[in-house]
Amino acid sequence: MTKLARKADTRRLAVLLGPTTLFLGICFIGPLTVMLIYSFLEPGLYGGVEWNFYHWNYGRILGWADGEWEEFDPVYAEIFLRSVRLALTNVLITLVICYPTALWVSGLSPPWRTMVVFLITLPFFVSLVVRLFAWVLILRPSGFLNASLLGLGLISEPIDIIFTETAVLIGMAYVLLPFMFLPIYASVEKLDHSLIEASSDLGGNARQTFLRVTLPLTLPGIAAGSVLVFIPSLGNFIVPDILGGAKVLMIGNLVEQQFLSARNWPFGAALSVMIMFVMFLLILIYLRRIGRAGANA
Amino acid sequence: MSGEDQVQDLSAAPIAEVRAAVKRFEAPEGGAVMALDGISLNVESREFVTLLGPSGCGKTTLLRAISGFEELDGGEVRIAGKPMTGVPPHRRPVNTVFQTYALFPHLNVDDNVGYGLDVAGTPRHERDNRVGEALERIGLSGFERRKPDQLSGGQRQRVALARAIINRPNLLLLDEPLSALDRNLRQSMQLELKSLQHDLGICFLFVTHDQEEALTMSDQVVVLNRGRIEQVGPPETLYHHPATRFVAEFIGDGSLFSGRVEGTAEDPMLTTGDGLRFAVGRGAPTGQMATLLLRPEHLEVAPLEPDATLGVIDTTLKQSVFLGASRKFLCRLGNGATVIATPTGDGTEALGGIAPGDALRLAYRRDRPHLILDDKVGA
Repeated sequence: MTKLARKADTRRLAVLLGPTTLFLGICFIGPLTVMLIYSFLEPGLYGGVEWNFYHWNYGRILGWADGEWEEFDPVYAEIFLRSVRLALTNVLITLVICYPTALWVSGLSPPWRTMVVFLITLPFFVSLVVRLFAWVLILRPSGFLNASLLGLGLISEPIDIIFTETAVLIGMAYVLLPFMFLPIYASVEKLDHSLIEASSDLGGNARQTFLRVTLPLTLPGIAAGSVLVFIPSLGNFIVPDILGGAKVLMIGNLVEQQFLSARNWPFGAALSVMIMFVMFLLILIYLRRIGRAGANA
Repeated sequence: MSGEDQVQDLSAAPIAEVRAAVKRFEAPEGGAVMALDGISLNVESREFVTLLGPSGCGKTTLLRAISGFEELDGGEVRIAGKPMTGVPPHRRPVNTVFQTYALFPHLNVDDNVGYGLDVAGTPRHERDNRVGEALERIGLSGFERRKPDQLSGGQRQRVALARAIINRPNLLLLDEPLSALDRNLRQSMQLELKSLQHDLGICFLFVTHDQEEALTMSDQVVVLNRGRIEQVGPPETLYHHPATRFVAEFIGDGSLFSGRVEGTAEDPMLTTGDGLRFAVGRGAPTGQMATLLLRPEHLEVAPLEPDATLGVIDTTLKQSVFLGASRKFLCRLGNGATVIATPTGDGTEALGGIAPGDALRLAYRRDRPHLILDDKVGA
């Protein structure tokens, strides 16, 4: 009997998980493996690869390079660090915007809550590229922002925002805001209001209640939101492409260039592997920290 | 007034006073619902006071007005003589045991119980002593490191209690704290709460919709209905001398008969609209409209020759129910109304062979059932 039951269980599991396993195997693990292998191959003269083991792709980025083959250039590390810095800054910006907003929304009456959540996801209905060009119109020297500030007499000549890091940060925060908002909102909304009352009842003022009850209990939402914003920020190439111009190059643009313009697939692959590695490392550290904070809080 | 009198007045000052409290809520259908409709109440220290009433009667709103979670639309709350209007919950010298316990899920038992001391910045040594003391009092020493989700319902209840008394409040508010427990646990917790209140010597203000619970634990019961106070009194008074029809119906079993008091002062009879006649206590004001409350324990099997001190009613047995220690008889009166009798006196043995449909003559001592005179009969 139990054996039969176990057999049935296994079959059911296979039916449920089979398609997913197959899909991820072909569409996720497969390309990833190809990329990993390519990153250790020699670039062909006119694109493509030569099937020789070749670690200079990484040498170009990390500092060992044989002058005969490849040149070490610190600019790659620089771009890399800038990308990480911009991504982390973006996590902070979206967090600071979304957390108070989520607290406020969770206090609204249910119909309004649904409405606001809908409004926050509304921009997804319009193409990302179109929305970013709208930002170009706003931020450029003769754009809406400068015109308004000039008109109000707050500035005497247009300020340069477009094609700066600021423009890239504005654009990325704008694009990724919902990814921070939704997980935080989910955890804030789940928060039992009687816990807030209990803290207040026991003598905790607003600040103590926030630090001792609200914040630790919504930490999982903050963690999820941060990861969801950090990953697409780090690899982003559309936003810096449109709002950063040629000046603010991010790692995503570099990868894009290597694959499409320079046709150096192995180097592009090596850069991508580096991104994945750094992302994985940072997220691991972050989640461990948050997990421990949650346990000790 | 002499100085001495004033001192006495102070010592006798109620720990909490509610004066003409009014609270309106918007009804979902539109219009306003009066959660509190002009309630005035004094709660004395060292008393176990229960707010009793059906759901929606305003009892929880009243509790939340005292703890500070609801702002009153009119009237005021005073605690230990100080007006509380505009004072936020964390500055009020009261603590609450919440219906759902509201234990902090991310904190262990020790940190939950010590929360009030931690936010007050109590020195570590004193804090640990007091937490240990509170845990010992509720019998949960050794559970310090457990998280709330590793405790049973009864244990969570105890932690909530310990957490609420750690700040040594003047007044402990309890919002239906036993409603989530099973029957046996609830009964033992009732007794524990009562003895805890006695040991601490502070006032407990306890909210419940369970009249049995209210009668078991309270020194004073406040019966609420539709945002108004129906009656305040010790459990015995409420049970034996309900002031209104609502209180009579809400507390205990019994049947109510409304009619006019007729006959002489020596032999007054309550006559209902459909012709039933009940002998009532001597001295009942004739000509008055009134409501008679017949409790099951008032009714005995009628003797063969009843004297003038007894009221007699003729009934038909509908059903008899075995209760273990006693037997309950549901009897139909001439007008179709039902009375319940739990006879224990002479003639009870004779009921052994009685079957539904048989005639059964019941009697009560005419001065025992309570008569509610009509000017007091509530809606």
